[in-house]
Amino acid sequence: MQPVLRLRGISKSFPGVKALQGVQLDLYPGEVTALIGENGAGKSTIVKVLTGIYQPEEGTIEIDGRGVRLTSADAAARAGVTAIHQETVLFDELTVAENIWLGHAPRGRFGLIDRRAMREGAARLLAGIGAQIDPGARLGDLGIASRHMVAIARALSIEARVVILDEPTAALSHKEIHELYDLVEKLKRQGKAILFISHKFDEIFRIADRYTVFRDGQFVAEGRMAEVTEGALVQMMVGRSVDQIFPARVHNVGAPVLTVAGYSHPTEFADISFTLHRGEILGFYGLVGAGRSEVMQALFGITTPSKGACRVDDQVRVIRSTAEAVDAGIVYVPEDRGRQGAVKGLPIFQNVTLPSLGAVSRAGFLRMAEELALARDYTRRLDLRAAALDQDVGLLSGGNQQKVVIAKWLATRPRVIILDEPTKGIDIGSKAAVHAFMAELAAEGLSIIMVSSEIPEVLGMSDRVIVMREGRIVDEVSGERMTPETLVRAAAGLAVAA
Amino acid sequence: MTLFKSREALLALAILVTLGVIAARFPAFVAPSNLANVFNDTAPLMLLAIGQMIVILTKCIDLSVAANLALTGMVAALMNGAGVPLPLILCAVVALGAALGAVNGVLVWKLGIPSIVVTLGTMTIYRGTIFLMTEGKWVNAHEMSDAFKALPRHVILGLPVMSWIAIATIAVFAVVLARTALGRAFYAVGGNPHAAVYAGLDVGRTQFWAFVISGALAGVTGYLWVARYAVAYVDVAGGFELDVVAACVIGGIAIAGGAGSLWGAMLGALFLGVIKNALPVVGISPFWQMAISGLAIILAVAFNAAQRRPRGRLILREAAQ
Repeated sequence: MQPVLRLRGISKSFPGVKALQGVQLDLYPGEVTALIGENGAGKSTIVKVLTGIYQPEEGTIEIDGRGVRLTSADAAARAGVTAIHQETVLFDELTVAENIWLGHAPRGRFGLIDRRAMREGAARLLAGIGAQIDPGARLGDLGIASRHMVAIARALSIEARVVILDEPTAALSHKEIHELYDLVEKLKRQGKAILFISHKFDEIFRIADRYTVFRDGQFVAEGRMAEVTEGALVQMMVGRSVDQIFPARVHNVGAPVLTVAGYSHPTEFADISFTLHRGEILGFYGLVGAGRSEVMQALFGITTPSKGACRVDDQVRVIRSTAEAVDAGIVYVPEDRGRQGAVKGLPIFQNVTLPSLGAVSRAGFLRMAEELALARDYTRRLDLRAAALDQDVGLLSGGNQQKVVIAKWLATRPRVIILDEPTKGIDIGSKAAVHAFMAELAAEGLSIIMVSSEIPEVLGMSDRVIVMREGRIVDEVSGERMTPETLVRAAAGLAVAA
Repeated sequence: MTLFKSREALLALAILVTLGVIAARFPAFVAPSNLANVFNDTAPLMLLAIGQMIVILTKCIDLSVAANLALTGMVAALMNGAGVPLPLILCAVVALGAALGAVNGVLVWKLGIPSIVVTLGTMTIYRGTIFLMTEGKWVNAHEMSDAFKALPRHVILGLPVMSWIAIATIAVFAVVLARTALGRAFYAVGGNPHAAVYAGLDVGRTQFWAFVISGALAGVTGYLWVARYAVAYVDVAGGFELDVVAACVIGGIAIAGGAGSLWGAMLGALFLGVIKNALPVVGISPFWQMAISGLAIILAVAFNAAQRRPRGRLILREAAQ
């Protein structure tokens, strides 16, 4: 059988990161291919290449044996590739029919949009996939499952050959998931080539015909689902050459510093209990959306837990605001530096002193000399590369911005520092510097919580690892059990290997 | 070259060039006494622009400043008519102006209503309140005490008190913005509200204080305006809020918040003040004035856009380090 879509040698890099390195992917008519890989394996990058959002630097894309160049979202749609995303990208304020036909609406007399043909076509497409949705309804009034249906009808309206389902079940209820499975069957019968991206193994085994595994932006393997086992897939996902060197750690864990008991949140997480010791690095592993960042935000007072208690040094602390968290000695370096970390437009030293303004003030007036001294002290320890401390933070590279954000929090002299994906999107050199500095801080007695989705980092840096899945702690791993397989299995909800 | 990259220097240059062009034909315009007059005339605009600039820094806008000015000015005139001593009136206008600003601030902070909506509403309410208090009647010069009218015009060291108040206020806020935690918070909150929350700053409370400051300055200006022009009525300073916003925009205060300097806003106000005072001298219809300030706003925004064009990641510069 000839593949509908054939990718060969696709490479795409971003500053400091090779997101895809010469990957290949084949999609066959009437078959579902599951794309499997850890967070950061390059799954979403390949989706963006296929939908014309990113242009690869190298490689070829063939559709029905003809080479194509997907230079824009529109070009991808015309080539017959369409994607249905986790959060469907549609327009809430438009009607269902308008959403389906946006950009390629049927034309009537004088080149005007033929609203009747649009409505009738939409009704026909929706009926074809068994969806009972009024084409005149406002999209914003529909539930998530119905929006998926609309997105799929839109995919059919452009006569797509290739349909990409990017974690389509993430936000669906049990019943809705089954309706989606039925729909995938219908699409298969229509001869569409389907790329299915999911972290859930039960789903993959249920609806996929073939698999392709990516790891660290590289193609690992492909084959038929009938000829593979869960264990073999996990092995393909994690089995890697150790190409990163982590600093030697002094595992010198002291008395408990932070004790969290039964932290729960109405919608995000439940029954979170753990203890963090002096000088310890505690890793938090899980899939994206497992609730790790949400727990950390609650510990830092961004959100308030509905239940549970938190003790720092045997003292019960009620944390309802970031100021109270800083006061209790807990600080948080967020994952999204651009949005939550650095204030672009302010110079480096003013970013560093932002949470410590009281400490650098005398009688209510800021002392620039003290601000500069504080900033110089901490940025030097982090080996920050900047022309001057009054340089705008926005002009620094990602790695150096991360150092400024970490310096900002260290300057408050915390007991516990929470690092959320501390090395995400920064270059190898900066990564090593951040890792070395983490080891140094822990050796000095600071307690660190590191939220990371990178298995080598979690295993290389942590004394212990807590694995979260769907808002709960599912495993706590230390010593010999700290292996890639254990983490991946726990995070994916598979039985623990015997 | 760096001199021309600084917006403040460029704006100062534009003001000097404008003055030079006018002086070529009307040398009297640049006589020190006339320049002092122009400055004094621009003082209310500068006072309000300080407050507006702070509000804009926090990603908000205050459209109610002129209405606040008119209301506090009317209250000052009525208090004067009732025989209240002047020092008490001065305290009252600051307090009332701050309170009216606090109304805006609370609505933005606690209810999360966009500031443009809040202040559009309070702008109308404050003007309406003047009408309710006076039934549309004017308070004229003969109904005001001499001391009330004389204070803003009283000359000290060659400048009227109104100018000195503007200068003192600029000095105070230069310090507040550069050297206090609140001043830093105005920039941080507007520059990146998310990061500000993570740094333990309360975004809403910071915006509240910006509105209080803007209101208090409008209150002071209300008295100065009514006393100087010796008349108070419903439509005092009608539409003046747009001049205030214009001064800030011309002065390079980023309308998206977080960026801009006090000096920029002050030079923006002076630029508008020079144009406004020069056009009648040169014999150009006042209607051109609107077109010219409109043009200045568009040029300023275009200049901003050009300056903020992404400059890449400065890879070469980092590699050189």
